[in-house]
Amino acid sequence: MSLLEVKNLKTYFHTRAGTTRAVDDVSFSINKGEIVGVVGESGSGKSVTCHTMLGLLPSPPAKVEGGSVTFDDQNLLHLPLPILRAIRGKRISMIFQDPMSCLNPYLPILEQVVEPILTHEQTSREEAESRAIEMMIKVGIRDAETRARSYPHQFSGGMRQRAMIAMALVTNPDLLLADEPTTALDVTVQARILQILRELRNDLGVAVLFVTHDLGVVADVADRVVVMYRGKVVEQGSVLSIFENPSHPYVKGLLACRPTFETKYRILPTVEDFLHAEEAKDGSLTLRERPNAMERLSNLENKHDPKDFRREPEQTLLEVKDLKVHFTSGSGFLRKTRQTVKAVDGVDLSIAKGKTLGLVGESGCGKTTLGRAILGLVHARSGIVRYDGAVLQASDMRSYRKRMQIIFQDPYASLNPRLTIEQALTEPLTVHQIGSGSSDRRERVVSLLEEVGLSSAHLLRYPHEFSGGQRQRLCVARALAVEPEFLVCDECVSAMDVSVQAQVLNLLNELQESRNLTYLFISHDLSVVKFVSDEVAVMQAGRIVETNEAEALYRQPKDPYTQKLLDAVPKSDLKELRERQRRN
Amino acid sequence: MIKFLLGRLMQGILVLFTLYTITFFLAKAMPGEPFTSEKNVSAETKANIRKLYGLDRPLWEQYYVYPKNIITEGSLGISTSKGRPVKDIIAQSFPNSLILGLCALGFAVGIGIPIGVLSAVRKNSWVDWSCMGIAMIGICVPSFTIGPLLQIYLAAHLPGLKVAGWGSPQDVILPAFTLGLVSAAYLARLTRGGILEVLSQDFVRTAQAKGLSPSKVIIKHSLRGGLIPAVAYLGPAFAALISGSFIVETIFQVPGMGQHFVNAATTRDEFLLLGISLFFGFLIVVMNLIADLLTGFLDPRVRIADNPE
Repeated sequence: MSLLEVKNLKTYFHTRAGTTRAVDDVSFSINKGEIVGVVGESGSGKSVTCHTMLGLLPSPPAKVEGGSVTFDDQNLLHLPLPILRAIRGKRISMIFQDPMSCLNPYLPILEQVVEPILTHEQTSREEAESRAIEMMIKVGIRDAETRARSYPHQFSGGMRQRAMIAMALVTNPDLLLADEPTTALDVTVQARILQILRELRNDLGVAVLFVTHDLGVVADVADRVVVMYRGKVVEQGSVLSIFENPSHPYVKGLLACRPTFETKYRILPTVEDFLHAEEAKDGSLTLRERPNAMERLSNLENKHDPKDFRREPEQTLLEVKDLKVHFTSGSGFLRKTRQTVKAVDGVDLSIAKGKTLGLVGESGCGKTTLGRAILGLVHARSGIVRYDGAVLQASDMRSYRKRMQIIFQDPYASLNPRLTIEQALTEPLTVHQIGSGSSDRRERVVSLLEEVGLSSAHLLRYPHEFSGGQRQRLCVARALAVEPEFLVCDECVSAMDVSVQAQVLNLLNELQESRNLTYLFISHDLSVVKFVSDEVAVMQAGRIVETNEAEALYRQPKDPYTQKLLDAVPKSDLKELRERQRRN
Repeated sequence: MIKFLLGRLMQGILVLFTLYTITFFLAKAMPGEPFTSEKNVSAETKANIRKLYGLDRPLWEQYYVYPKNIITEGSLGISTSKGRPVKDIIAQSFPNSLILGLCALGFAVGIGIPIGVLSAVRKNSWVDWSCMGIAMIGICVPSFTIGPLLQIYLAAHLPGLKVAGWGSPQDVILPAFTLGLVSAAYLARLTRGGILEVLSQDFVRTAQAKGLSPSKVIIKHSLRGGLIPAVAYLGPAFAALISGSFIVETIFQVPGMGQHFVNAATTRDEFLLLGISLFFGFLIVVMNLIADLLTGFLDPRVRIADNPE
């Protein structure tokens, strides 16, 4: 018998704007000691499903409209709150996405880890504390005895997530609901957390419901997969069957649009190539498969490495020599000694015209600072940036802004919410005195919009009226408005769903061809970087540890840190999956 | 920690000195002098009095002598209208204002914070709306309206309560209520906002997912963070409460410090004005420091670390 069974669950959100069917007729089950991955993009209802089970959704606006969640022969949805509370944190525990905001900043870690024991069991405080510390050691918190009394802000991201896991497991629950537990973490930290979860499953027999948007992570950690799309389960089965032989068009599309280390083509397929979604007036959804999607996909695959088309003699566009950016903190009147953070600590790199240099590294390695320092957006302490043969000086940066642009990570934050799209795109034209008169500028703006896949119908709208992917297209259009030659893409697809990410990556690649652009592509995602880059530089602690042609770097990493990063990326190719299956 | 305190001490001195400078020159900029309105005094006597108080000396010397006397003699000067040392006037009236202020503060905290918490917990219910409605009235209605209303409808009918006066312990009730009402209302609104802010955060959901009871979620996980805005407001508010209110003290005939603020200005009593202003500034500086320390106690993230990681 299964440990937990979700049957025909429906959770709707009723707001003034209308009803959203966040979870619409979802059924799946999880067995004892099993790891089930729930995959879906943002808005697919995966987190809402999780929260509904424990009654954690604010109501109103959320309302359970039907279905059941059976755990231990009881329907959790109909339990009175005090009885449900006895299950929360004792039999079913939960870990959340962002360990910083999900831990109470005002209480010491130990106090928070002890809390579930003291709430659910008749234990003395001393015993509870020693059990908590024991669990913290088990999930890999070093010096747990001494560090337990620290506050969350004194822990690193990975350590916080471990504390969160310790807090969830300290009562020996039967089921762990993990809601995007590794999304906010670096790959190497993620790999360790996944390892810990697997070990705990093996040692303690905990069943885990692992909610994530990342197919690679699911392939790495789960036994079975449930794929959700717009509130519905579109497909479920064993990891191998889903990856090897997906039957639903959405799953096919999702698997295909994700760049992996093996991706050879230059234009990614998108979910829309596979799936046609029709929304009826009552909000119900009809999904239809587009015919011969696989055929078109194989056409893409046949065009092996079309990057060859740019076999011109290489000409260096940007060259960076021994660049250093230091930040000082704690300076000032009557303060303790200054601390210097060497964000960028002597970096050399060069990018050829029309090529893409990928810059990868974990959070805090200085990759963003490096990108900004090249554009003169942060002050470099020393070093030279040579652009198109000339050394860049702070004084003439203004004229170079026309030739060098940047796209930021968060397209919403980087568009002024009070400017219409037309105003936002016209501004750079006015500043750099491009175009003659307003009608010419408007024409330019419209052609820019068309170039990034939008139209003149969007001119008078405001940023909040666009989806995340469209917003990033707008940012690309704004950057292109001044007709630059060089673009810094700073984590520009990191906040996006894979299907949207594919569209933006395709756009960047198409623009590179049509406009002969040069990119510095900064990202923490090694697969994405491999997909877009001709050359890749790996950055660690302010230094570049390895630079090589993309294919070669991923095949034969020379630096141990590069090796470590590559090993940490969850593998989801069929060969690895089959091997894992055999081992188990 | 010691460095932090030293830094704040320096800041405080700077603030007080700036306050002194502004007050001094504003006082000098006012038309007339302390004794210009004394009519029956000969010009010679007037000159003597001016000499006695040092008013005949050049401006820059007067500007420099006052702080020098504070440091060397601990003297705040001599009141020109009362002929007594300013220090004595403060020493005599401040205790009354302090007692009144403390009671008002106790009332504000004791009523305002629980109402704020209650409103936050019962957000958007009739409890919330009526509490916030009353709080709004508390902020809007001035004390010179509340005070007389209390005198007419409470003091006149209830035994033991006097309409005005200062002598027996129960005399503090009505003025403290009048004085503390605005602060109580502000505190209620700040506390409600603070708690709601915390309740919307992810870690509250974590606490619920652990199976904690609603009351524990509020008391243990929300109160601390939710009180931070209230504490930040309390620092300067406390200083204002204990330094006396002219209106409340006049209505209820309390011999506190508030009256001297106004009297010093109307009688052109420069030294009293400077002394009281500086004393008030000193209270504000100290109370703000205490509020900051208290915030550090509530929020470990702003705590001043001696040995950062």
